[in-house]
Amino acid sequence: MLLGPSLLLSAVLFTIGVVGVLLRRNAIVLFMCVELMLNAVNLTFIAFSQVLGLGGQVMVFFVMTVAAAEAAVGLAIILAIFRHTRSVDLKNINLLQG
Amino acid sequence: MTLSLLAVQAAEAAGPEGAVRWVWLTIALPFLGFLVNGALALRRPQARSAVSMVGAGVLLGAFAVAALVFLQLRGHPPETPILVELWRWIPSGALDIRFALQVDQLSTVMLLVVTGVGSLIHLFSVGYMGADPGYARYFAYLNLFVVFMLVLVLGSSLPVLFVGWEGVGLCSYLLIGFWYGDKANADAGKKAFLMNRIGDCGVLIAMFLLWYTTRSLDFTTIAARAPTHLVAGGGLVTAITLFLFLGCAGKSAQIPLYTWLPDAMAGPTPVSALIHAATMVTAGVYLVARTGILFAMAPFSSAVVAGVGALTALFAASIGLRQYDIKKVLAYSTISQLGFMFLAVGTGAYVAGIFHLVTHAFFKALLFLGAGSVIQAMHHAYHATHSHADAQDMRNMGGLRPFLPWTFWLMLIATFAIAGVPGLSGFFSKDEILAAAFGRGQTHPIWLVFWGMAMLAAFMTAFYMMRLIAMTFLGENRTGAAEQEYLHDAPPVMTGPLVILGILSVVGGLLNLPAFAGGHHAMETWLEPVMAAAQAVMPVEMPHGTTEWLLIAAAVTVALIGLLLGWRTTLARPIPTAAAAAPETGFARVLFRKYYVDEIYDALIVRPLVGISRLVLWKGVDQGLIDGVGANGSASLARGLGWIGSRLQSGQLGFYMVVFLVGAVWLLRAVVR
Repeated sequence: MLLGPSLLLSAVLFTIGVVGVLLRRNAIVLFMCVELMLNAVNLTFIAFSQVLGLGGQVMVFFVMTVAAAEAAVGLAIILAIFRHTRSVDLKNINLLQG
Repeated sequence: MTLSLLAVQAAEAAGPEGAVRWVWLTIALPFLGFLVNGALALRRPQARSAVSMVGAGVLLGAFAVAALVFLQLRGHPPETPILVELWRWIPSGALDIRFALQVDQLSTVMLLVVTGVGSLIHLFSVGYMGADPGYARYFAYLNLFVVFMLVLVLGSSLPVLFVGWEGVGLCSYLLIGFWYGDKANADAGKKAFLMNRIGDCGVLIAMFLLWYTTRSLDFTTIAARAPTHLVAGGGLVTAITLFLFLGCAGKSAQIPLYTWLPDAMAGPTPVSALIHAATMVTAGVYLVARTGILFAMAPFSSAVVAGVGALTALFAASIGLRQYDIKKVLAYSTISQLGFMFLAVGTGAYVAGIFHLVTHAFFKALLFLGAGSVIQAMHHAYHATHSHADAQDMRNMGGLRPFLPWTFWLMLIATFAIAGVPGLSGFFSKDEILAAAFGRGQTHPIWLVFWGMAMLAAFMTAFYMMRLIAMTFLGENRTGAAEQEYLHDAPPVMTGPLVILGILSVVGGLLNLPAFAGGHHAMETWLEPVMAAAQAVMPVEMPHGTTEWLLIAAAVTVALIGLLLGWRTTLARPIPTAAAAAPETGFARVLFRKYYVDEIYDALIVRPLVGISRLVLWKGVDQGLIDGVGANGSASLARGLGWIGSRLQSGQLGFYMVVFLVGAVWLLRAVVR
């Protein structure tokens, strides 16, 4: 039931997320793209759970929990970086280059 | 001295074992002297009287103990060696080596020679080295030498002997290079040390083989097991004895390892007398006699020992004919006489070898100490006149008899003794060796060749010794007029030991007076319990009757002609001083340059070794392989890999993302497939 369209939508969302991560340099946008990818995966889980059982839906809770934790830590890091450099542009953050 | 008196009292109260149980004191006393003198050398090098008292005193004490041990053994000659166990040294399973001293007739003879002649030379040193800044250090080394020499001769097993063997090598090295400020002396010490290591390697291999075959390293056990555990004339016993003899050739300066001994004359003259004439260099002869049963069971090895001995006797004597340094002549004479001793022990005449060892210790110590007196007189004279002429070159001497009468007469006695003038000690011991070699020649013709070589060597001995006397003491004086007033005999502390050695050189023959001279082979009877087993396997065939008298006549004739020729030819023409002398020509030059053996060794062994070490081992292996490839190579590799890795770490998050994505897709592909 709507399996095909759901999977297509999640693929499109995931691709947007990947492309955003690869191309954008703003840390906040990058972060949002990561969230987009996670949610694309969540959508895939939900879609498949219609056919294969409730295991996928359980998995989604885990992903959301991790995403929330990741959001908290990630935003804190971005804030710290911003305080330090007055910018969230990732081009400027390359002090660890070899 | 008080210590030794205490030891005497204690020994008398000790009960049935008597003085023998105090034999360790002969080692402990010189060791005490070493410690005290060593401490003085480090803290109070100027305390000369204390050093003299301690240095010579401990030796006299050791000699007193040795004499008591001898008297006890003379009273009750033991059939089997008395073992004095000090401690268990290496308890390791089947290998249980005890640090034990073995007192028997043979070790007592050596004990008396080492402490007796050693005492005299220590006394002489008090006068000879008195003005040297390193006086305390000298006596510390000399005492330590006696310690190790006594461990060598008293050790009851090969490992204990080996401790002494290595120790005397160390002291020899220290004393040859005593005046280490001069590089030549330090080099001479190094040369002696290295050449001895070659021989020591042989002793070690022999020890391993003996353990492998007889499961024992004790002399008594080896002697007991040798007939059953080893096949007489077999390969193993031949290998063992040949390896042992390699060690003896190193220590006792035989062909091919003899070249260190002439260079060892760089040390102080009393050292040459004690270590490089009377005691240490005879250790090889002692070792062959000690392991006589093995050599008796290996006829081939015995022939090698006798052959090398005869060849060395001849070879060294011929070099001695053409040397000008008074100590070098005596050095080659020592090598030659050691050759005689090895001829004796290789012939199976172990007693004759030990007999010659003892008499040689007397007259050669006397010759060296006499040479020391001469050198000191010359040195003082040249020092007073600020001359830089060589105080040891006989061409600079001549006509010293009126200036050093005591030294002259005593050295003349020693010369007659070594040449074999009838009645003196060297005559009896050398004659016994020659007779034994000739006797064995009746059954083994090769020994006739050895005998012939030894006769020729005896002739040369008489010649070069008389040449030494003539060049040094007779003829015109060549020191220069200004020097003459400074030439005089040494003080009594130096002349005294010379007189005692002179008496011993004369009467030393009484130790083993043969039947033809009215004696009864005292030393042979004395050593019989020790040597019986070896003699049973390899009996000495002494000639008797007319042959014996003919041999004696031949030996005496040869000696007298040698002396006469040596005297006449040396004084026939005026001798130019060292500075004015023309270079040698022809064969004389070959002899003067010692057959170029040092040069040959240098070209064949030293230079290739240095070359290989420099080019292959140092430049190639060490710098190229270990440093280049190993150390620096691995560092460069790590740095290179690190550089590649560092290129990946650009700091750009996007780049990381791309890499991550590519990797994730690649992994995904592997999982999905």
